[in-house]
Amino acid sequence: MNYTLLYFASLRDAAGCAQESVVSEARDPGSLYADAAARHGFRMPPERVRVAVNGAFAARDVVLNDGDEIAFLPPVSGG
Amino acid sequence: MKTFSLSESAIDAASLGRELEREHVGAVVTFEGRVRDHNEGRAVRGLAYEAYAELAEAEGARILGEARTRFEIARALCVHRVGELALGELAVWVGVSAAHRDAAFAACRYIIDEVKSRVPIWKHERYVGGKAEWLHPWNP
Repeated sequence: MNYTLLYFASLRDAAGCAQESVVSEARDPGSLYADAAARHGFRMPPERVRVAVNGAFAARDVVLNDGDEIAFLPPVSGG
Repeated sequence: MKTFSLSESAIDAASLGRELEREHVGAVVTFEGRVRDHNEGRAVRGLAYEAYAELAEAEGARILGEARTRFEIARALCVHRVGELALGELAVWVGVSAAHRDAAFAACRYIIDEVKSRVPIWKHERYVGGKAEWLHPWNP
């Protein structure tokens, strides 16, 4: 499956990019995060990271489709 | 005008405030969040906000909608800055108008609290001495 991954804030810094295209056998955001964490050395625990799929909040175990855009959102600090 | 928006330029609180004026409005409550020169004992030089714009605008609009459902208010608006900000600059503005003050105060408080905890915006602080870091509060 082809996915686009989006990284923000400290995850973007750790990944060294704001987005990347991946080809993966993973079918849910949690698995994609685990792969990305291993690849980029993320130290943010997965339970702290919210997920969005195609611009909407989603569960970490939602079933993904080819071409989905998955965003990994560390704890927010606006305001 | 959108009820929640992100702004890459300085927030014009005066013109936003005029958006809230209506003849049946007896109360207007506004909140201005500004860039502090210190945070948790460290001297802050400046900061930047980054947003996931598409989702931030959707979640922000959802919060403003919730405020209109929960409280007897006339209008509610919120603008949050993104990009580089200097000390003292306006980072976030919330304005609520209502017939009576109780609803206006409560809705304003609700909006700023929910925006801070839910909208995908991140603060990157630069400290005196050169260090900089992202703030990722881990409170549930």
